Amino acid sequence: MNRVEGRDKVTGRARYAYEYPAEDVAYAYAVQSPIAHGRIRSIDASEALATPGVLAVLSSADPPALGSRDDAELALFQTHEVAYHGQIVAAVVATTSETAREAAQYAVRIEYDAEPHHVRLRTDHCGLYRPDKVNPAFPTDTEQGDVAAGLARAAVTIDATYTTPTEHNNPMEPHASMAVWEENGDLTLFDSIQGASDDRDTIASVLGLPPERVRVISPHVGGGFGSKGTTRPNAILAALAARAVGRPVKIALTRQQMFDVTGYRTPTIQRVRLGADAAGRLTAITHDVVEQSSTIKEFAEQTATPTRVMYAAPARRTTHRLVRLHVPTPAWMRAPGEAPGMWALESAMDELAIAAGIDPIELRVLNEPAVEPESGLPFSSRNLVACLREGARRFGWANRDPEPGIRLEGRWLTGTGVAASTYPARRRPSRASAAVEDGDFVIRIAAADIGTGARTVLTGIAAQTLGSPAERVRVEIGDSALPRASLAGGSMGTASWGSAVVRACEALLKNGAEGTADTTEDVESDSGFARHAFGAQFAEVRVDIDTGEVRVPRLLGVFAAGRVLDEKLGRSQFIGGMTMGLGMALMEETVVDERSGAFLNHDLAQYHIATCADVRDIEAVWIEEEDPHLNPMGAKGIGEIGIVGTAAAIANAVYHATGRRIRDLPITPPKLLG
Amino acid sequence: MAEITLQVNGAQRSVSADTRTSLLDLLREHLDLTGTKKGCDHGQCGACTVLIDGRRANSCLALAVAWDGAEITTVEGLGDGAEPHPLQTAFMDFDAFQCGYCTPGQLCSAAGMLAEGGPSAVTADLTGDPPLTAEEIRERMNGNLCRCGAYVNIVAAIEDVSR
Ligand code: FES
Ligand code: FES
Repeated sequence: MNRVEGRDKVTGRARYAYEYPAEDVAYAYAVQSPIAHGRIRSIDASEALATPGVLAVLSSADPPALGSRDDAELALFQTHEVAYHGQIVAAVVATTSETAREAAQYAVRIEYDAEPHHVRLRTDHCGLYRPDKVNPAFPTDTEQGDVAAGLARAAVTIDATYTTPTEHNNPMEPHASMAVWEENGDLTLFDSIQGASDDRDTIASVLGLPPERVRVISPHVGGGFGSKGTTRPNAILAALAARAVGRPVKIALTRQQMFDVTGYRTPTIQRVRLGADAAGRLTAITHDVVEQSSTIKEFAEQTATPTRVMYAAPARRTTHRLVRLHVPTPAWMRAPGEAPGMWALESAMDELAIAAGIDPIELRVLNEPAVEPESGLPFSSRNLVACLREGARRFGWANRDPEPGIRLEGRWLTGTGVAASTYPARRRPSRASAAVEDGDFVIRIAAADIGTGARTVLTGIAAQTLGSPAERVRVEIGDSALPRASLAGGSMGTASWGSAVVRACEALLKNGAEGTADTTEDVESDSGFARHAFGAQFAEVRVDIDTGEVRVPRLLGVFAAGRVLDEKLGRSQFIGGMTMGLGMALMEETVVDERSGAFLNHDLAQYHIATCADVRDIEAVWIEEEDPHLNPMGAKGIGEIGIVGTAAAIANAVYHATGRRIRDLPITPPKLLG
Repeated sequence: MAEITLQVNGAQRSVSADTRTSLLDLLREHLDLTGTKKGCDHGQCGACTVLIDGRRANSCLALAVAWDGAEITTVEGLGDGAEPHPLQTAFMDFDAFQCGYCTPGQLCSAAGMLAEGGPSAVTADLTGDPPLTAEEIRERMNGNLCRCGAYVNIVAAIEDVSR
């Protein structure tokens, strides 16, 4: 169905965090560290404070009182230590945004004692260590069987290292907040956030307030892809600034500032080894990952976890090693773990198919596991093979000549590639209420719609459960005052919130007046099955033999994700993920300047995402999948799987076109010409 | 400070603003027309696209004082009162947006683009008005980024309206 808030979005009526009116509002602008490691020696804010219109300067010269300093990225102005380039070290609050920005840039004098910094990820870094777990709580390492023996008896082996660069989420809406302290000391915060309930709890804890004194409002969020999954410093800064000046305060990070303080995807260095017998059956798989975190907070991406799920092999090992650098803390970016991990694994599988002389689809079919390989759990449903077969049929795979580098059309070498996708299908406890008001049904849940279509999908779920036309159902989300809900992340939104909405609607039908639900118990009893969505991605590429330019005339994704609850919105989710995957394959890369420790290309002119002219024919379809072991809707999350495997499919197609295997993302012209 | 008068969506609006104020900030902060979005403030994303005297422009790159007297159309003024503009309807029907943050810019850009004509960088014959194929639309809409990746549907929606 059409999005229920569509009219508001196309007419400009939908307000995002920065856009709420407030009496007497003031503006905050952050001052950032120009050094990557060291200490603040002195802060002189006198010139800023003397500037007409400036109301306050916040900094560690006068640390504001906080309730918790546990999260060093949120404990603003508590220390003179600098952990990375671009860290927020001060802020100016003024009556206009122009004045705040001018004073922050030119009238706050901070002197630093710089110390040497290390910002480059290397496999031989002396600080490499084994984290206790990887995001969010997976085992760091796993090992089964005799890997050395498995590799030794293999007829064909692949041993290759694949790397991915720093990548930034870059939602179109910059992270923004407006804080309003009410007369009774309560805080209302308009925030661009993927989960109002968790955001409220975090803000309350950092500020030392009981959660019920804080309300987070965020009905519309301009994308996030993970970067708005957790509270960001803009929210804390707005609250501290508003407290300091006694007026509402707004802050919107600039696009440049977003690169430093809103998270990013860690660069990865991944060694994959595969061994297979002469028939193509895997004898061993290893996936060893090196990645980074900051010196002030640990975030260990779960990059090798998809390898624990994908293929059968008697001997297997996955490891994650981390190094703490003078960089901002990495965080979630669409399909953390699966997106970089499957780029490596699915590139390696393509290399193995070529080395073994087996069609890459057949190789995957051959190594299809009967149960989840490492846990031994049965899959609640697994239809990877059906996706591969259906995709092959639609894409026209049958007549493909595997020989690389032989199809020249004018200046263009053409090729096709395939890769598998996977993403976990989980859910989290949530609450919801359903009521009848003025003859209509009203559903309340603190869910978030960051562009996924949550509001619309929940409307459809409620309408179906209630046996009512969708026009009679109103869904209220995006407010921490509503029944507590999990955040929009890990592709768990629809599964988590939908479960609560169904139960609340059922309760309403039973008693006629109002229904409430809390799915904590339901979710806790989710065990006994391995639950994952799967998919197959097909890519056609053209590579200019003179310039190395890669174009992607065609992408096809075939997914098996349980029941797709809304065809129109579901297709958009898949296609949106695949479009971001195209960017990951060909252009996305944040470059770190080793001398200063800064992200160099920190804007949208230099950090390239896929644009309208980069995207040609992208299509996503899905197969019918009945899975009774998921949730009342029978749905698996679809927000992230679209980006998983896209980059590998494109890289595999580039190999097919050119005979050049690129193992370092993104696949830019110099790498193809060099 | 400067006194600035604009015709915004058909109505005359006068404000007194800092001379450094961009047209984008003037619309959003002084006139409460927050439909026009700020994605980069540097002319790199197109989220702030409005029509200035009928031509599409990045309002973040326009100093408001420099456009004193100009006629501005924002997303709020695209439709005709109660009725949405055909592009707005098509964007809803084709699901040409997800988060909606790039959408006002896409819509104003598309409205301006449809009125432009003339060849583009992908036009083979530079002498006339090429038919507005999907390829022409992709090229002409290339300045409007969409991180949600709604391009496929954006192009389909615009194609539908242009037919
Ligand atoms: S905000 Fe003007 S182009 Fe991005
Ligand atoms: S709809 Fe979200 S950026 Fe375009």
